[in-house]
Formats: sequence, C-alpha cells, structure tokens
Amino acid sequence: MPELVLDSISLSFGELKAIDDVTVELKKDEILSIIGPNGAGKTCLLNCISGYYKPQRGTISFNGEKLNNVAIFERTKLGIGRTFQNVELFNGMSVLDNIMAARHLHFNTGVLRAFLYYGKSRKEEIRNREIVEEIIDFLEIKPARNKIVGSLPYGIRKRVELGRALAIEPKILLLDEPMSGMNIEEKEDMARFIIDIYEEKKIPIILIEHDMGVVMDISDRVIVLDFGKKIDEGMPEEMMHSEKVINAYLGN
Amino acid sequence: MRRVSGVFDTSYLQDMTIFRTKHYIAGMVILILLFLALPAFVSDFWLAFISSTAVTIIALQGLNILAGYCGQISIGHTAFMAVGAYTSTILARELGLSLWICMPVGGLGAALVGLLFGLPSLRVKGYYLAITTIAAQFLIIYMIKTPFPEVTGGAIALSVPELRVGSFVFNSEIHFYYLIVAIMALMTFLSKSLTRSYFGRALVAVRDNDIAAEAMGINIFKYKLMAFFIGCFFAGIAGSVWAVYVRVISPDDFTLVNSIWQMGMLIIGGLGSTLGPFFGAVFISALREICVIIGPWVTSTFPQIGAQVSASLVEMTFGVAIVLFLVYEPRGIGHRWEILKESYRLWPFSY
Repeated sequence: MPELVLDSISLSFGELKAIDDVTVELKKDEILSIIGPNGAGKTCLLNCISGYYKPQRGTISFNGEKLNNVAIFERTKLGIGRTFQNVELFNGMSVLDNIMAARHLHFNTGVLRAFLYYGKSRKEEIRNREIVEEIIDFLEIKPARNKIVGSLPYGIRKRVELGRALAIEPKILLLDEPMSGMNIEEKEDMARFIIDIYEEKKIPIILIEHDMGVVMDISDRVIVLDFGKKIDEGMPEEMMHSEKVINAYLGN
Repeated sequence: MRRVSGVFDTSYLQDMTIFRTKHYIAGMVILILLFLALPAFVSDFWLAFISSTAVTIIALQGLNILAGYCGQISIGHTAFMAVGAYTSTILARELGLSLWICMPVGGLGAALVGLLFGLPSLRVKGYYLAITTIAAQFLIIYMIKTPFPEVTGGAIALSVPELRVGSFVFNSEIHFYYLIVAIMALMTFLSKSLTRSYFGRALVAVRDNDIAAEAMGINIFKYKLMAFFIGCFFAGIAGSVWAVYVRVISPDDFTLVNSIWQMGMLIIGGLGSTLGPFFGAVFISALREICVIIGPWVTSTFPQIGAQVSASLVEMTFGVAIVLFLVYEPRGIGHRWEILKESYRLWPFSY
C-alpha cells in the first residue's frame, strides 16, 4: 500500500490553475522525483502535501488518513518532514539550536517543567542533544555547530535545513530543490546524504530537482509536470526518452 | 565559540551549563554576598534606586520573552503591570486576602488579560500588532479610571495594605530591598530556564521564521498566545510588587510613555538575552538619575537656555540614547557584553 496518495488534486489561484487534476502515489520504498519546467507546479504540489496550500478538489491521504483539513504542524506530527526551496532557517539561532528547535515534537515536558530547568527537562535536553549531534555528525557540519546560521554559506545552510528535517524523524521526506545553486562537489555530497538517509532510515523521499543528472542517478521513479498537469510518469530512463517530456522542455 | 585554553567540555551537560568554570561560580557567590551586604554600606536612596530598578527588570524579563524571544512587539506593557497591581490591591482591600496570595493572583490576572490582548497576534504581526497593543494601554487605564471608581479609586490614588509575615511588617527600604531583589532573582531564573528550554527555542523559531516553525511541528498560535500569557504574567508580578512597595498606586504610574520607555530599555539592553533587561533598566535608570541631578545645575550655569530644556533633559537624553543604540549597536548592550567576554576570555594571550 502506498504511503502517500494525492488523488486527483486541483489547486487554482483565481484563474490560474497551478495544479490540474494530478494524481501521485508514493510507495514505501522509493525516491520519487518530480521534474518539470519552471512554474510547472512542483513546489505547489509539495506545499499541498505539507499543508501550506489547500487544494480545492481531490484528497490527500497519508497512511490511509485523510489530510485535507489537518493543520501544518499536525501534519508534521504525523511524520511529514520537508525542506524549502529558498532556505527557510531560523536566522537568529545557531546551527545547533536550529536543529534542536526541530526536535520540538520529541520534548514531552510541560511548560511548567520548562520553567524549572533542572531535573527532568535537563535530562530530556541532553537526550535530544545526543540525537542532534548525531545528525550534525552525519551531515558533516560540525565546524559550524555554534555559528549563527544567517552568516553561513549557502551550501551549509542547505545542509542545516536537511538536518532540521531529519530531526523531526519524519516518516516521509519532501525535499524541494536540495541542490539548487550548488557546485558539483556540494551536489555530490548532498546526493550521498539523500541516498544514505533513504537507505538507513528506510523512508520514502519526494525530490524536486532541476539537475537531470542527479535525478537520473538517484530516483527510482520520475513524475513530470507541465503547466500544472502530470504529463508523464515512469522510470528515469523512460522519461529521458519520452517524447512528451522532451516536448515540454524544448517546445515542439 | 572561543574557550579558555585547557577548558574542554566532556559532556553535553557541561556544554550546556551557565557557570562553566569555578571562576564563574566564585563570581556569582561574590555577587550574591555583595547584594546581601549592600544595605550596610549605602543609603536608603540607593536601596530605593535598586528596588525600583529591580521591579522594572521583572517587567522587562516578561517583555523580553514576549518581544525579544517571540518577536511580538508590545507597547502596552505597563498596562499589564497596572492589571497586576490593581488586581492584587483590590483583592487585598475588598476580600482581605493576604498580599502573599494576592501578588501571584495579580500576576495571573494580568496574564489572562494579556492573553485577551494577544489574540490579534494570530492575524497581524510587526508594526500592526504593536499598534493593537496600544489599545490595551488605553482600554485598561480607562477601565481603572472610569467605570468603578469606588473599587479602583478612579483617577485618584488607591492605597495598598501593609505587607506582613505574622507580626513582621515590611516598612523600611531595607526590607523591600531584600524582598524585591529576591523576587527579581527568582523571576530571572524562571525566565532564563524557560528561554533555554525547548519552549524558548520554539518562541525564537516563531520570531525568526513562522513558516518554517510550523513545518517543524510548532503550533505558532499556541506559542504566540503563551508568550503573551507569560510575558504579561511577569508584568503582573512586577506591578503587584510595585504596589506593595510604594503603598499607593494610581493610573498615572502606568502610562503609555512608561510603556515606550520599557520598550526602549529593552532595545538598549538587548532583545532576546537574559542580561538585556538588566543592562537596559540599569542604564536608563542611571541616566534618569544623572539627568535629575544635573538638571538644576544646567539651569543655573546656562540660564539663557531656560528651565524647560533642563526639565525635559531626561526625555532628550533617552531619545538620543535610543537613536545612538539603534544606529551603532541595534542588538543592545547585551550583545556588546558578549563580544567583550568573548575577547576577554583569551586575554592577554590569544591564539
């Protein structure tokens, strides 16, 4: 049974149809890439899944549960983790605090306990800190641990964002252009992280990416969007030679 | 982060501690002893100065949680102090309850009213929210002045019962000095604990990027309202402590101008740091005292500039201070202090 099902969803802003009757199924064990020209509705689709946009028609269900009227933070609680296209970090906090902030759902102490730092809430702090340090280790951002994220280079900030999504301990991961604006080495690193996450955590991943080399290399299945419509779907090699896809990218 | 050479953290617990080395602990102990011994050395004037500054610090800690950490700018903070002061005083006067019970209840009262005025924060942010908090200032002071003058004392002053423990009556500056500084220390501890916990991080997350905060599973509405509740609770405590200290309260103690002063103090001290309220309150209170002292001197030395200028010397210096800080150190004295500590840590042999 697929983890996540978008059943013929449509989203429009006034006259503009951002997503037009798109159906997507994400299986338990796959990296699904969504590709398409700029403005095809890829990010809109992700925003529908994580709750920033509410599709006017169609249903979104996750593990059999209907998501349409579930608030954004509740969806995170259910296990949907994501990163953003334009890095959306907490710029005033250090790398460590950014990822610690993402552990929010894993703190069970009440507010009154938080007023008294010592005892139970300090233990919880340390327990979560250990997990965060593991993530920092994994993403190789140790030197930046105590730096304020606003001052960090772009590539590192993208990694911090990935770390933050990991800290949620999501059941599915949505990555919105994790490699945009990176050079070859940074892209290779990021691709390695994504594959490692996929293999170690055994969670399905939806990936939006413009770099076709990366998409062909790491995804199990590809969905192609154009003008809000799903124009094709299949294995990466198939998509590379699909006439519809070539037409969408190059015009006919 | 720079560390003194040879000091290594070997556990996360050590990394998270505030007083990391023996020197810090020793410094803290000396500071506490200094505060305990202070009344033996200084006059009542200085004790009163410290007490009133400490009350301001309590209120500022609350405003810091609200505006510094959660980013919800409020320019109606003294109105919530008024709610605390009047709630505890009226409960003590009308029901004869002990002031020791009335003071926390006053804090809770202010917190509940704060929650109410925090509701607009769910829809508006930034400057627009700041404007809506002015409504709190006017509405609350109106409620005190007009509808029930027989209970609230109207626009005229309301006297506050004596604070006592058994037969011991708090009636000298020394008594209040110890009481208020102790409460200030307690409230500062609570504020520091809260802001270094997951709760504080959630507040900062809401301030820095509410879109991402929600994706991290943080219920931003809940945390905004909690920030109002807790921030106004601190204000309420400050107000009720102020009431038992001065024994006479009137709506004129809690004006819009005072609220703006508090926001200014927080900006000068440093938004979003526990020490910020200390620096801000002490800096502005000291500035005010200095202006009061040199005001008459200015008038007598330069008679041509007139008495009005020296009368408004306090406001003028405050304005200049705010402008200078916003231009040269928008993150306040607290930030300067961090930089100073950082560079002093390796002095004189930095590596």
